[in-house]
Amino acid sequence: MLHTFVALVQDKPGVLTRVASLFRRLNINIVSLTVGESERADTSRMTIVCEAPDTAAHRIRASLYKLEITVDVDEVGRSEGVIRELCLIKVAAGPSEPNGLHSRSQIFELAQVFRARVVDLAPESIMLEMTGSSSKIEGLIQVLRESNYTILEVSRTGRMAMRRGKHTSRVLKALGTPNGNGPTNFTPPDFSTDEIIPNEFPDVHEEE
Amino acid sequence: MADNTNTNPQLTGAEILWATLVGEGITTVFGYPGGAILPAYDALRKFPIHHVLVRHEQGAAHMADGYARASGKVGVCIATSGPGATNLVTGIATAMLDSIPIVCITGQVSSKVLGTDAFQEIDITGITLPITKHNYLVTRAEDIAPTLRQAFQVATTGRPGPVLVDITKDAQQATAPFDFAAAAPTEHRPHPMLRADSSAMQDAIELIKNAKRPVILAGHGIIESGARAQVIDFAERRQIPVASTLLGLGAFPTYHPLSLGMMGMHGEAWVNNAIQQSDLLLAFGMRFDDRVTGNLAKYAPNAKKIHIEIDPAEINKNVKVDVALIGDLRKVLDTLLPLMPKNSDASWIKEVDAMKGNASVRDIINLPDNGHLYAAHVIHDIWAEALAANRLLQTIIVTDVGQHQMWEAQYYKHDALRSLITSGGLGTMGFALPAAIGAKAACPEKDVWVIAGDGGFQMTAAELSTIQQEKMAINIAVINNGFLGMVRQWQEAFYDKNYAESPILSPNFVALAAAHGIAGAHVSKRKDVTAAVTQSRTSGKPFLIDFQVEKEDGVYPMIAPGSGLHEMVRRPAANPLLETAEDV
Repeated sequence: MLHTFVALVQDKPGVLTRVASLFRRLNINIVSLTVGESERADTSRMTIVCEAPDTAAHRIRASLYKLEITVDVDEVGRSEGVIRELCLIKVAAGPSEPNGLHSRSQIFELAQVFRARVVDLAPESIMLEMTGSSSKIEGLIQVLRESNYTILEVSRTGRMAMRRGKHTSRVLKALGTPNGNGPTNFTPPDFSTDEIIPNEFPDVHEEE
Repeated sequence: MADNTNTNPQLTGAEILWATLVGEGITTVFGYPGGAILPAYDALRKFPIHHVLVRHEQGAAHMADGYARASGKVGVCIATSGPGATNLVTGIATAMLDSIPIVCITGQVSSKVLGTDAFQEIDITGITLPITKHNYLVTRAEDIAPTLRQAFQVATTGRPGPVLVDITKDAQQATAPFDFAAAAPTEHRPHPMLRADSSAMQDAIELIKNAKRPVILAGHGIIESGARAQVIDFAERRQIPVASTLLGLGAFPTYHPLSLGMMGMHGEAWVNNAIQQSDLLLAFGMRFDDRVTGNLAKYAPNAKKIHIEIDPAEINKNVKVDVALIGDLRKVLDTLLPLMPKNSDASWIKEVDAMKGNASVRDIINLPDNGHLYAAHVIHDIWAEALAANRLLQTIIVTDVGQHQMWEAQYYKHDALRSLITSGGLGTMGFALPAAIGAKAACPEKDVWVIAGDGGFQMTAAELSTIQQEKMAINIAVINNGFLGMVRQWQEAFYDKNYAESPILSPNFVALAAAHGIAGAHVSKRKDVTAAVTQSRTSGKPFLIDFQVEKEDGVYPMIAPGSGLHEMVRRPAANPLLETAEDV
């Protein structure tokens, strides 16, 4: 099944390799990985989507947290968070296309239905920009294909995830908020491990 | 910053390196000079640090490892770029798999030419990424002190492990202000801590109270967290027998009536049977390695499991546990102990004792001398000699890897913490001799014994020269059976006795030692063992004994791959003393 992890990591050279190397070592394929700045100084935010057995989630999360460059790790389930992706799609839309001169207007209509935007218009092609859940993006691509349009290029950012509601992990609370609220003299709080690394383990045991 | 430069001395990066090590309390390092680390070596004489010149950088890493295991402090090794750095790799991996805190410092080509395949340039931080707890590339003199200090913190906190710091030559040559205190690392994230009222703690207490047949699995974490007293208290209070992992030997004293001995692939039958029949396993700082569990599907099927472990990534990795208490073992036990009522029901202990039955009767140690010398005899007699001389608590045994390692674990009774140094996780042949040099450097007042096979000894025998240069009174016992013994035993058991490349020719080890100016003796009779051991131990100089033992002896009991922990191959009954390939 697909797992979505959000990791806050130090913004330093080689950090991406350390994270990627972890998945390589566990022989787990990364479906998508996005990195960018976060609300914290010198801290990048990664959203890592990987295909792994249901039972591997705890170990991946704990292994991520074990990396020295990691500040915090969270696993975001589909129902708990907003998961979005940005996609650019270039479609052939010249007079020679199957739908001929109507190509463009039909693509415009499709784009409108999927809330995609036209961001480039050229004699032979149209570029669409769309954000949404992965399934929505795949829906647009599928409709375009089934309508016999030629898709020239697709570029997807991979998923980004954020929990819904006001949610801060115990770790981040302990570190203080980025705008200066929170402890100035950092002392490790007395928190139960249940809340960092769940102690209620699902059945992660697989027989050899 | 301007103030800093005025008040703090300007030092070269090389000087900062040594000054930081001195500040961290380091008095001994193990290393080998070379081009990219030469600026550091040039500054060495200004600092109160003893440098042990190794003969191969792998030895430097093993020595730092042995130093750390013997002392509980951080071991430091140092090497140049390129081949110097890559030669460290096996030693770093050995420390990684056994969670040993070492700091490895490597020179690197100048930052201006990084990435150009310059002479002796290699991406050592890339190479060691999966075998270090963390590593750093330092390109500026002002970063050396903070990075090194952070390296020490990373190596020693949480689950310990090796850290590598790669320092470019120009960073060693440049100057920067040095302020040891200001370079102190800051903790960037909290470590988990448990509260007594947490649900996991309550669940654990409930399981322990209800258990009728509990067993404590004592691991290396007891030693690393300093929890020996707590574990003894816990075991006594609840009357729970204690089985040890290989790296846990010595954590719980063997003379204690609750001590069972080593579990796992070559553990004694009653130990493994007690685990298989238990209804509660208390895993204290161990990781359910496959050499300990046997076939997971058959592992302690009726037992609930409580895992006390500092590394959350170990939870449910191999064995699914019912309760995980994540944290430093000593702190967790300190919280748990006051909540544990005393238990005086000794019925389970009696049952476990009864399991011993006749298991030891067929043991070679208990059979009359037939003129043959067995490795078990040698190891037993080294132990007995130390006991008789009242040196048991002042003796460190450093083993290599293979049959002799398992015999050591079976026949040497480890009462003292840090009295056994062995490569458990990676199983690195060639570990013993250099690791013993590290141990002796850490504990010069102790008797240090190398116990190595004829195969593994030859892998790093060049370090004999280091021993002599350092004038270290290290005792070396080569268990010489003319075979790569454990390989031969597996070939005997699983490959139709096809002894492919397991017979090995060895030099005359005593003559080899003599070539290094080290005295030695050949021993091939049981009656001569103790005298030779005493001679070595009391000589005040390095001494090598070549024990010519039974060639085709096997380590028993043994659990074949895929078998459950209770499905042991027992000691051959027919005629164990003559159980050789020809007899069957």
